[in-house]
Amino acid sequence: MNSQFTPGVVPKRLSTEDLSHNFDDLHAPLVVHEAAVAADRCYFCHDAPCVTACPTDIDIPLFIRQISTGTPEAAAKTIFGMNILGGMCARVCPTEDLCEQACVRELAEGKPVEIGRLQRFATDKLMKSGVHPFNRADPTGKCVAVVGAGPAGLSCAHRLALLGHDVTVYDARPKAGGLNEYGIAAYKSTDDFAAREVDWLMSIGGITIETGKALGDALSLDAISAEFDAVFIGVGLGGVNAMGIAGDDLAGVSDAVSFIEDLRQASDLSDLPVGRNVVVIGGGMTAVDAAVQSKLLGAEQVTIAYRRGREAMSASRYEQDLAASHGVKLMFNVKPNAVHGNGAAAEIELEYTQITDGKLIGTGETMRIAADQVFRAIGQTLTMDGGLALEGRKIAVTDAGRTSRDGVWAGGDCSSGGDDLTVTAVAEGRDAAMDIHATLTGDV
Amino acid sequence: MADLTTEFLGIKSPNPFWLASAPPTDKEYNVRRAFEAGWGGVVWKTLGSEGPPVVNVNGPRYGVVHGADRRVLGLNNIELITDRDLFVNLEEIKRVKADYPDRAIIVSLMVPCEEDAWKAILPLVEETGADGIELNFGCPHGMAERGMGAAVGQVPEYIEMVTRWCKQYYSKPVIVKLTPNITDICQPAAAAMRGGADAVSLINTINSIISVDLDQMAPVPTIAGKGSHGGYCGPAVKPIAMHMVSEIARSPETAGLPMSGIGGITTWRDAAEYIALGCGNVQVCTAAMTYGFKVVQEMISGLEQWMDEKGHMSIDDFMGSAIPNVVDWQHLDLNYVAKASINQDDCISCGRCYAACEDTSHQAIAMSADRKFSVIDAECVACNLCVEVCPVENCITMVEQQPGTTDPRTGKVVVDTYANWTTHPNNPSATAAE
Repeated sequence: MNSQFTPGVVPKRLSTEDLSHNFDDLHAPLVVHEAAVAADRCYFCHDAPCVTACPTDIDIPLFIRQISTGTPEAAAKTIFGMNILGGMCARVCPTEDLCEQACVRELAEGKPVEIGRLQRFATDKLMKSGVHPFNRADPTGKCVAVVGAGPAGLSCAHRLALLGHDVTVYDARPKAGGLNEYGIAAYKSTDDFAAREVDWLMSIGGITIETGKALGDALSLDAISAEFDAVFIGVGLGGVNAMGIAGDDLAGVSDAVSFIEDLRQASDLSDLPVGRNVVVIGGGMTAVDAAVQSKLLGAEQVTIAYRRGREAMSASRYEQDLAASHGVKLMFNVKPNAVHGNGAAAEIELEYTQITDGKLIGTGETMRIAADQVFRAIGQTLTMDGGLALEGRKIAVTDAGRTSRDGVWAGGDCSSGGDDLTVTAVAEGRDAAMDIHATLTGDV
Repeated sequence: MADLTTEFLGIKSPNPFWLASAPPTDKEYNVRRAFEAGWGGVVWKTLGSEGPPVVNVNGPRYGVVHGADRRVLGLNNIELITDRDLFVNLEEIKRVKADYPDRAIIVSLMVPCEEDAWKAILPLVEETGADGIELNFGCPHGMAERGMGAAVGQVPEYIEMVTRWCKQYYSKPVIVKLTPNITDICQPAAAAMRGGADAVSLINTINSIISVDLDQMAPVPTIAGKGSHGGYCGPAVKPIAMHMVSEIARSPETAGLPMSGIGGITTWRDAAEYIALGCGNVQVCTAAMTYGFKVVQEMISGLEQWMDEKGHMSIDDFMGSAIPNVVDWQHLDLNYVAKASINQDDCISCGRCYAACEDTSHQAIAMSADRKFSVIDAECVACNLCVEVCPVENCITMVEQQPGTTDPRTGKVVVDTYANWTTHPNNPSATAAE
């Protein structure tokens, strides 16, 4: 048994009991009475700002009213009608930046209606019943390939299946779910929720998932375009940006997404090694997820080092506070210059930064802090474009998700436009499905 | 410093808050606890004639209309009068009164509509030393089927007759408790007056089915699959009760008749409103049944604070002050013009005012693309709906239009003269202004 103070990157810093407690649900689900009280706070606004703020346009006042009148199943149907991954979104959406930020009660009293938790209450209730709320339309005889079984692909596949098309979903990984399965902090998706959600979603029928098949190798875009009536690409961003500094290749330096993935797939968290002094480079949700989970695994000191100021951080203030409340130190305006160590990382050298003439430059003042584990969380990149036209570093798409190639749509993190959020991916997958449907049925 | 001491029909109590005749006042144990908590008086739960007492159901007696967070808004009950022996009650009343001489104890009574029945019980009550009696002519459930309670209260002749017997065989004040389950509350009140009643208390509970159990397909509370109508009380009935109080206060026949106000009194403010409408004191039940006896402490401190703020030294200082301002609709000033006004600093942009006005009223609120809401004076009839549906108190207010300005809705200049429907040209029965 190790402790928080054991040097190096080692497993078993905490007891199984502590780990299990640490990785329990971040927010306990609402019980019936709590949900009733929370729901009663909704004003049922006209043309509600929360709906406008929701990328999937869920009719939030309606579903909350359905909860308050004792019909959470109807509430869930309202949610799922717009967002079939409403269960996961209820857990991972940065509601503080979306619906709850727009809530008039946030403006009025700084305490929004707890929309996220209410959504979870309703969706959990319906999903637990094991009933799928929708029935497929009559078969259209059309078949569509969806590449990538993440939020965008699953959302697209479900909508297409609902409309009567047959869908084959390909995914490079052994499991479906994409970032829901591999890339979100464990305490946001407990009890194997991502996998259960995929199973539940699939129960609509008409969807086949083939895992272990990545676009490129055995699966060319030309081949599937020829085989299927339409193709949707939702492959996400498979690559991780490098830091490009000395020591980047030392043992103990790795990608935050890999760490999170290992953690999500670990059958026993006490087997997972973590450093005593962990430094996470980056300023997004991935950085926060990696930092907080390092702390929860038993790291003694965890630092997030971000090269710009707090206001520029893409992790929300809520996420920043979550990290801080777990004892993670947030450092702003510092950039990594080098990782030092003899074979394995021991220290990281950081340099203070400032903005001069709109450019971020080092001030020359440096410091070294102990770091036996360094995580890169400075963004992901598209690794597969299938020869499609790009916009910036992503696949260029229209509002309806059409790519430069006829018969091929794209959505989610791999495509241009929108925030890289689960909920945005769901909206894009759904909207592409509607456009594919309109195209295939000639109803354009 | 305000003095809450009340003298109602010559009966003194340290404050105007009495517990109404109901479950909280059924026993010595409860009443002692109530007095210790600070209640000014109690009306002891209704006694029946000597002999085997009534029996209650052994299933649920209460049902509730809940508001947010299970707040009790309305309560319905099917409990009967006391189901304890008459003499046990009488002994307890005597003991408690002896121990609390400064508190009011009124004995509620309900016996058959026969002179002998009243003649028999009244000396027994007199003997207890209680301060007065209240005739339960109000309970709408159970006892009414046996020709008592509301069955008496719905027949003015019976009220007059029984009241007269009571005044004949009992020396202390007689209060007649009225049922609201009638068309015109002034009729039974006037009958009580004719019979010699010292006061009326109102209202008793309202006939009600509180809810239907959709699984059992039966009214709530449900006893072995069946339900019966009950008596409705609690905050929900206060507006109905206050209307009846005001009718008695301003009817020429009954004006000046002392009243004890009952119906949904939950806070000091409710009590102040009843007193402003002419009640000499108030009786409380549901608030105590919901929160316990301690709730009276807020009622006392709140009423004291408000009276101090207003400079009222005693209850009498404001008793009945609102009565002159209760008028018939036809006497409302039709020349008074107001317009809604939305305070943009307070507005939280929920749009409820817009939805209410646009969908159900006068299309007098405009909504901009950036969710700014403003009143269209040319359409606003000052109905007040927006004020009431706005979640932010005082964000929308009604602003009186000054004489000399033009109402853009009617195109007419606002005048400061009073004019009402009786003289309005659109009224076919208009009479010349006096």
